[in-house]
This record gives sequence, C-alpha cells and structure tokens, in this order.
Amino acid sequence: MLDLLRKYGLPLNASSHGSAVDEIMVLFHWLMLFLFIGWGLFFIYTLFRFRASKNPKADYTGVKSHFSSGLEVAVAVIEFVILIGFAIPIWATRVNDVPNSATGAEEIRVIAQQFAWNIHYPGPDGIYGSLDINLVDEADNPIGLDRTDPNGVDDFVIINQLHIPVNKPIRIDLSSKDVIHSFFLPEFRVKQDAVPGMSIPLWFEATMTTDEFLKTTVGSEREGKGFEIACAQLCGLGHYRMKGYLTVHDQDSYDSWLVEQQEILKEEGDEDDWGDDGW
Amino acid sequence: MSGHTETHQEESFWRKYIFSIDHKIIGLQYGLTALVFLFFGFCLMMMMRWQLAYPEQPMPWFGWLFGESGIMLPEMYNSLGAMHGTIMIFLGVVPLAVGAFGNYFVPLQIGAPDMAFPKLNMASYWCYFAGGIVMMVGFFVPGGAANSGWTSYPPLADIATTGQTVWLFGMVLLITSSLLGSINTITTIIQLRAKGLTWMRLPFFVWAQLVTGFLLLLAFPPLEAAGVLQLMDRLLGTSFFLPSGLVVSGEILNVSGGGSPLLWQHMFWFLAHPEVYVLILPAMGIVAEVLANNTRKPLWGYKSIVYASTFLGFMSFIVWAHHMFMTGMGATISAFFQTTTMIISVPSVVILTAMFISLWGASIRYNSAMLFALGFLPMFGIGGLTGLPLGIAASDIHLHDTYYVIGHFHYVVAPGTIFALFAGIYYWFPKMTGKVLNETLGKIHFWLSMIFINGIFMPMFVQGLAGISRRLWDGGASYAHATETLWLNEVMSASAWLLGLAQIPFIYNLIKSMKSGEKAESNHWQATTLEWTDAPSPPLPHRNFEIIPEVYRGPYEYSVPSADKDFTPQSEA
Repeated sequence: MLDLLRKYGLPLNASSHGSAVDEIMVLFHWLMLFLFIGWGLFFIYTLFRFRASKNPKADYTGVKSHFSSGLEVAVAVIEFVILIGFAIPIWATRVNDVPNSATGAEEIRVIAQQFAWNIHYPGPDGIYGSLDINLVDEADNPIGLDRTDPNGVDDFVIINQLHIPVNKPIRIDLSSKDVIHSFFLPEFRVKQDAVPGMSIPLWFEATMTTDEFLKTTVGSEREGKGFEIACAQLCGLGHYRMKGYLTVHDQDSYDSWLVEQQEILKEEGDEDDWGDDGW
Repeated sequence: MSGHTETHQEESFWRKYIFSIDHKIIGLQYGLTALVFLFFGFCLMMMMRWQLAYPEQPMPWFGWLFGESGIMLPEMYNSLGAMHGTIMIFLGVVPLAVGAFGNYFVPLQIGAPDMAFPKLNMASYWCYFAGGIVMMVGFFVPGGAANSGWTSYPPLADIATTGQTVWLFGMVLLITSSLLGSINTITTIIQLRAKGLTWMRLPFFVWAQLVTGFLLLLAFPPLEAAGVLQLMDRLLGTSFFLPSGLVVSGEILNVSGGGSPLLWQHMFWFLAHPEVYVLILPAMGIVAEVLANNTRKPLWGYKSIVYASTFLGFMSFIVWAHHMFMTGMGATISAFFQTTTMIISVPSVVILTAMFISLWGASIRYNSAMLFALGFLPMFGIGGLTGLPLGIAASDIHLHDTYYVIGHFHYVVAPGTIFALFAGIYYWFPKMTGKVLNETLGKIHFWLSMIFINGIFMPMFVQGLAGISRRLWDGGASYAHATETLWLNEVMSASAWLLGLAQIPFIYNLIKSMKSGEKAESNHWQATTLEWTDAPSPPLPHRNFEIIPEVYRGPYEYSVPSADKDFTPQSEA
C-alpha cells in the first residue's frame, strides 16, 4: 500500500518519524479500500440483480441477517486499534518531550511573515538574542534582533534558507510576525501552523542529506530540485510564493557552513564599523 | 372598474409570489435563489480553474473581468476562492437543502397546512435574500470581495480589505435567517404532525430536517457572536483575535493586542463542523425517500438510521477541533478529538450500510431521481472514508491543508449532497409544478455529471498526497514537490468546464418541462408518503390538503406481502 500511495503522489520520507505517519496513512487506506470495494461489489451486484425488469416484485423484508452489524463493529474495532495503538502514541512523540539543546538537539527559530521565512540561528553561544518589535526593519533586521544584547552578537538571521544537519534532532520554535502561516516540509512529514502571539515547538530528525535526496530524483521530472519549505495556510496574496529552501548537510559540511555564517556576520560587522568610523 | 381590478390583481401578485407566507411559495423562492447562487458559485470556480491550469495566462472570453491584461491576479483569485466557498455553502447548498426542500416538504410530509410560523418563514427568506445581496455587494467595494478564505481566519481577516466587513455583515444576516428557519422547522415537526404520525412513522427526510434544525439552532449562535467580534476588531479597534506585537509589512500594528487568533478558529469550527452535517443530513433524507420509492421496498433498518442520525447530530458538536490539529495542540486534547472523530464515523457507516442493504431484494426502477440517489451512495462513501486519515492528528500532519482535504469535503458535498439535491429535484418536481421532467435529458444530465465530477475531484487526492497546498494562486507550479502531479490541473479544469456544460440539459429540462412538460398525476411515483397520497400536484395554496390526513402506518410500506398493490399509503386506514 505504501508503494501504491507513493505511486499516487506521496513523496519519499526523509525523516525518522515519517514512517510512523506513513504507516497510519497506509492502515487507513487499507481500511478505505476494503470498505469501498466491499460496498462497491455489493452495490454493483444488487443494481444488476434487482433491476425491475429482472425482479418485478420486491421483497418486503430484504436482508434478514445481521451481518452488517458485525461489519460495523469490525470497522469500529479497527478504528480504535489504529487510534489507540498508533495515532495517539505517535502524536504524543510529536508534541510531548520535544528535545532541546540540552538533550542534544539543534535549536533554530523560524519566524514567518508575509511572505517569507526568517530563520534565526542562536550562533555558537547557543542562546538567542532578545527581539524587540521596535527594531524591526524589513531591509536589515526583519525580526527585530537586538545586537546590543550580548547573547545576540553571534546570532544570524537568514531568509528562506534553512540549513540543518542530518541524523540529529532538530527543534524549531515557530512563530509569526503578522498572520497565520503553516510550516510544511512534505518529505519530512512535518507541518505546524505558525500562529502570531504564540511560539510553538516542533521537532524532527532528517535521515537523508540533500545530496542523497537529489540522487533519488535523477531521471524524474523533479531532477535537481531539493527540499523546500511550503506555506500551507492561506496568508494573503503572496501565499503561493511563500517558499523556502531546506538544505540537509552531513555534520561536517553543516559545521563548516556554520563557520562560514560567522565569517559573513563578522564581515558585515566590519563593514558597519567602517561605516561608523567614516561618519 | 378595470383599473380597480388590475390594482387588486397586482396586490395579490405581490402577496402571492413575493411576500408570500405560504411555505410552498417560500420553498420555491429559496429553491430558485439557491440554484442561481449555486450556478454563480460554480462559475467563480470555473474561472479559478483557468488560472490553476494555465497560470498567468490571459483568460479567453472572460479576461476583461480582470482588467486589460486578462490575467487573474492573486488578490482576485483569493476573493473568488473565499466567495466560492461562502456562496456554495451558505447561499447555495444549505438554502436549497433546508430552505427549499425542508420548507416545501416537511409540512406536506407531516400532514400540516403550513409551517408553524408562516410570517417567520417569510422573514427567514428575506433575511437570506438580503444576506445574499450584501455578499454580492462585496465584489464592488475597493479591494474586492472578502479574500481570506471562507474560514476567515484572523489576523489575516482582521487586516483584510473592506470586502471582509461586507462579508461579516452578510454572514450576520444569513445566520439570522438560518436561526429563524430552524426554530420554525423544529416547532413545525414537534407540533403539527397529523393524527397518528408518531415519531417512528416519520419519513426519514423529516427526521433529517429535525436534526438539522437543532444543529443550525445550536451551532450558529457562536459563529454569529464570533462574526460580531470580528466586526468590532475591524471597525471599533478591539483586539479579540489580535495578539500583541504584530508587525505587518514592516509597520507595527496599532492595536491594543492581547487577543487570540485561535479563539476565532474554535468559534468558527464549533459551527462549521456541525455545518457539515447540516449539508449531509437533508441529503441523506432525500436519498432515503427516493431509494425507498424506487426500490419498491421499505428502507432497511429505518430505526437504526434514525438513531444513527440523531447520534450523529449530538456527536457533531464535539469533534470541531479536528480541524485544528496543526495549531499546536497537545496530546490530551488531540486524543479527545481524535477519539470523538473516530466515534462519529461509526453512525455514518451505519447509515450508508443500511442504504446499501436496502437495495437487496428490491425491484429497482432506474429513473433520473433514482440514478442521482444511487450515485450519492458511493460518492458519499469516498467522501466519508477519506475523512478518516484527516481525523487522526498524525496522518493529518501530511494531509492537512492540501488538496486531499479539498477532494475529501467536495466528495461529501458535491457528488454527495448536490447529487442528492438533484435527486430531490427530479423526484419532487412533479409535485411542485404538476409537470414531469424529461427522463432522457435527466439521464444525460446524470451520466455526464457523474463522469466529469469525478474527473475534478479524484485527482485532488493524488495532488494532496503529493503535498500540494490548497489556495495557491498558481496551483502549486512554483513548488518542487508539485512537479510530478501538476499536469492533473489541466485534467481537473477541463472536467470542471465540461461539468458546467453538462448542466445545460438540466437547465433546459427545468424550463421546458415547466412550460410544456407532460402533466403529472397527484401520486406520480406511486409513493406512500402524505405529500403524494393526499395532496394534489401542486398542493392547494395555503392549506395543502383538501382534508387533513390521518396516518395509520410507517412511511415506507412498499410491497407489503398481503396488499393488492405494491405501495400502501401512510394514510390508508
């Protein structure tokens, strides 16, 4: 069934918890298929057999057996097995005990806005600098990061480019500046609304780097297109173009990417210093 | 003298056809208005489907609607999307299912001369009409009609253009209309049943309308309150749905803050989930009537269907937050709503199974009404079944807000409810007009609609599994994960336009048969229920029946073994 769902659109799964999500979809689609085919065969047979020309006199009583009650009980039982055996425990692993840096997770903030994803890394100190909406400047400081806060000196903010390491839990604290957005990573079975006024944690662990993924797309229509962040909640006229990119690195290349970001940050700082001197 | 007579006639025309208090005229008013809105709402979608299939290409023939370029801009797309949903649900399907069919046939089926409150009935129609006009005004205000989805989630809706204010005023009128109507239906069914018409002798259609009446009465007030709160947010500077610290387009939003965007979602879905059953229960009611009549045998498991539908009504009030799994819901609350959602699927399975089993041993007459009623069964089956993975938070992660959702609820409402409504039109048209609809045209209408409607909605499940978000102006063209299923957009759009063409035989049939159709007998389908057995076609103005009937038996006594004919009317002593 998973192959069937994959054939009919479902993207491959690149996260550690995704197979559990897929498993529930598979179970439900089996149940759906079974019921639909069962009903369908019965339906077509009766339509044919009990047409008026063939069966001019209807039977007042019809079906006497209580087979259908058994069927209904069976459906209820299957649903509750899926519910208690799979659905509730899986959801609990999603929303309870969300890992953080203390438990070995990579922490990143994503702050959504019309129509972009601001990705906020805490930098080498692992602590986010404070934010102040009065400092918001759409060109230079979209999230209002306070650089005078010692914790904020090494923070860096990039737009629409999320970089993460493979095989490590990623914790994202998701919020929004303006309206509701929804952070969706189709290949990772991750979706979470970004609700203004709330900061909502989500977590996942990538099991495949972007390079590995790109190899699987060779020869398909999708060839050369990596992971993307989609907005799943209508957020205004630019909803359709609120797209971000996700790059999954192996640990080494992630580390060097982080170093690179610090260098860029330093260069920008130097430029600012130079500017201040001139003034 | 002649002048005097003319004035008199003119007055009576207004009283008789416009400000009528006869439930049948009001039912027809509802029906015609709702059909016009249904077609209009469908036209909006046919235009959107051009943009989805051929993004950013000028629209042929209708491009002038979008300015010189002929291209539908994202603002316009969002307006059409929001208005399509609003019109189809609140101005089309519900008024047709409840306002038209409920109004017309509940009094007739229970042997009542009219609704309990005829003037309230008239007020209810005119509130609906005014609400419809206000909704249409939205298209002409600066910024266009409401563009934040039919769900109108704040903060987006709070900061949207003027059209949203108009939408809210329209909704307040529509909700008022529904409340007036539901009180009337409930009172009528409880108070005005003919002698001998006990609860378990009610046609299932009446039961469905009764449960629907309670859903409307109890679920709509929270949305009306929410609508007023959103109006205050927009007009009076309150912040019921606006948290502190919002920055929109680089500007700090000048509001007091402290509100919650999720409060709206709770109030909205507290209505909008029961609303799903408002859409589906009357449809099931119609299907039950048509099935029993054309299988020529009693509905199988009548009591279990009745109990299941009342249980469905109760349960529909405690499942609403399954629309909100992705808003940051914890394990405990989501466990509750997942459980209730699985529970509510059981009565739906019971009803559908009973309807399938009703076919066993039948002597099926394949007329247009029956074809649409039969078509309803598997279509509603697909709609209901695909709701299961959406009702579980974990699988909803991938499917929420994708085309899978769109496919799911359209299967429930379009080839589900709307097919049932077509069945109702073909079945009751002879009663309402005294004329019969042409069967050949009816069958052409059915088969073409059946093919094309599946051509629209089946591919949506594929795009949904692929993860294509709903409400995208370019239909997902800019996303990598959409590349492989994007071609389906053209298939769906072509199907939508062909479905539009497939309605021509229906519209022609309505007009032609009304003018020069074959005359209908009073009990054209040899049915058992009172509207067929005891009232002429059409029923008498204002009092329906020559003699108010008495009831001696259940609603579907077809092919009773000892009887001399294959139907035994409820009113036969």
